[in-house]
Amino acid sequence: MSIFVNKDTRVVVQGITGKEGQFHARQCIEYGTNVVAGVTPGKGGMKMDEVPVFNTVEEAVNKRGANCSLIFVPPAFAADAILEAIDAGVEVVVAITEGIPALDMLRVKNYLKGKNTRLIGPNCPGIITPGECKVGIMPGPIHKSGGPIGVVSRSGTLTYEVVYQLTQMGIGQTTCLGIGGDPVIGTNFIDVLDSFEKDSDTKGVVMVGEIGGDAEERAAEFVKSNMSKPVIGFIAGLTAPPGRRMGHAGAIISGKSGTAKGKIKALRDAGIHVCEDLGSLGEFAKEVFKL
Amino acid sequence: MKIHEYQAKEIFRNFNIPVPRGKVAFSKQEACAIAKELGSFPCVIKAQVHAGGRGKGGGVKLASSIEEVEKIAGDMLNMVLVTHQTGPEGKVVRKLLVEEGLNIDREYYCSVVMDRSSEKIVIMVSEAGGMDIEEVAEKTPEKIIKVFIDPLIGIQGYHLRKAAFGLGFDKDVQRPCMGILKGLYSIFTKYDCSLVEINPLVLTKEKDLIALDAKINFDDNGLFRHKEILELRDIEEEDPLEVEASKYGLNYIKLDGNVGNIVNGAGLAMATMDLIKRAGAEPANFLDVGGGASAEMVENGFKILLSDKNVRAILINIFGGILRCDVLAQGVVSAAKKVGVHVPVVVRMEGTNAEKGREILLNSGLNLKTARDLKEAAQMIADITKDV
Repeated sequence: MSIFVNKDTRVVVQGITGKEGQFHARQCIEYGTNVVAGVTPGKGGMKMDEVPVFNTVEEAVNKRGANCSLIFVPPAFAADAILEAIDAGVEVVVAITEGIPALDMLRVKNYLKGKNTRLIGPNCPGIITPGECKVGIMPGPIHKSGGPIGVVSRSGTLTYEVVYQLTQMGIGQTTCLGIGGDPVIGTNFIDVLDSFEKDSDTKGVVMVGEIGGDAEERAAEFVKSNMSKPVIGFIAGLTAPPGRRMGHAGAIISGKSGTAKGKIKALRDAGIHVCEDLGSLGEFAKEVFKL
Repeated sequence: MKIHEYQAKEIFRNFNIPVPRGKVAFSKQEACAIAKELGSFPCVIKAQVHAGGRGKGGGVKLASSIEEVEKIAGDMLNMVLVTHQTGPEGKVVRKLLVEEGLNIDREYYCSVVMDRSSEKIVIMVSEAGGMDIEEVAEKTPEKIIKVFIDPLIGIQGYHLRKAAFGLGFDKDVQRPCMGILKGLYSIFTKYDCSLVEINPLVLTKEKDLIALDAKINFDDNGLFRHKEILELRDIEEEDPLEVEASKYGLNYIKLDGNVGNIVNGAGLAMATMDLIKRAGAEPANFLDVGGGASAEMVENGFKILLSDKNVRAILINIFGGILRCDVLAQGVVSAAKKVGVHVPVVVRMEGTNAEKGREILLNSGLNLKTARDLKEAAQMIADITKDV
């Protein structure tokens, strides 16, 4: 088992004829992902390798049964692309695009309420169920299939680091996903933790947070009252100065809120196993999860 | 992106938000000319820097004659203004706002921000104006009124009424107050702002509501569609190394430590800074060369870090994944040779052909150490910085 994506997931890549879209669509296909369609407005009827390209997401859904979208559309047009996927009834939308204006995402997020679509990202590496399906830009080979650990993170390469250390320790993963580094994102920690809790194959979760906002604090509350499985937490940004945007649009300490220290305390208070030394996260996981 | 108060007030004027009469001056002569034009005393002279808390630092002063304007403006221009937001190094004052003085009766606070928790736009107003709003929120949260607005619906009359009635204004002040709040909301949504704030909004003895201060911060991600706002950027307010780095497309923030670091990805970059600290040293910067991390980006990163005189060692941490480490290693070696790296460098890289990449680094004849994992990298940094 896994969460959100699996071997039956049928992916449409929005922006498939662009440089990024093409490269990563190929990487996903190579990994074994079922990429059934691409969308580039104006290029309908073409093919990218063996993948048929359509003008609209709706066509990709109707003609190819796509139920998951992977978005590589530039920031200025990304909100439009996400909304198109939502209205086409796509179940899981993964937005990789970095740099989407926050107000655009605020509108998208409020539009999403009450819809059946799950949005992952934007500004994220995507989602992977190792051995089954990769919908994103993460390097496939660092993952180990079969579980039993789920990984959720606000970051990209930091997630790879964490996953790599787990794999080196012989700890496999059920599903790994980055939820994105922007202030407004589709899927938050709580959605993912809830799904991991309900997934029978997932025996524990590694949650990777960072400074800014209060998503980690709220996730900690959720873990405390709703989770029976062990959770490891890591928070990046203990040395980050206040008031500065640390690469991710969402990674900013505003006044006294959003600090790494505050988040670590919230995690600890909720009974989450906090790893302070990224260098030995793998060993820490082995111990906590008793694997 | 931040802009100056005088620029924000210019935008306020365009949205019919009342601001004091006044203009920006770049010299004391200009300041005197503006004061004459205003025609009344006292007038107010305000240092224009991208930082709050200017009053306490001596950056806001009253003048009651032309002679005083000349004296104050002369003292204030080119002075280093230190406030709680500038850090101990302060900021050089290069321009002044000269404004009419007002008969202030009461001070209020109002702002429009995006609320990350509720995922709405929120208007905040408070009777506790002129104070640090964070402090008000902490000590007397009941003094802050929040009005949440669904961005798909936009601002409605009842939103404005809730705020204006909440502040307890007389009937004749309610309407202007609602006009001001509506203007703030319009500015926020039109220009992709992250903050629009008036602190204080003053009620004069003549019963006029006027924005005594003005602050607008913009969402960097929205700037591509607001060319007119981009023109307001004042590069002199930014760290010169950070400006240089932004030309290369590098995400760089200068810090006070002495171990430089070059990392791909923002989260990993923050975690690497923390790792340096854990190893007993202090990070000299935050530097994210992007998830992809090309050799060219690493070369530019080297150039920036080596311009920082405090840097005694450099840690390169690249989690490549798809990236080929041998290609990256060659890039690191040629960049180090080209730029003339004179401090010890620890390289940790993971990805395709990582072993081959390490060999290239080891055989380069340069002072490059390679670490197999983060743990080893941290140890190497600890060893190096122990001796410097």
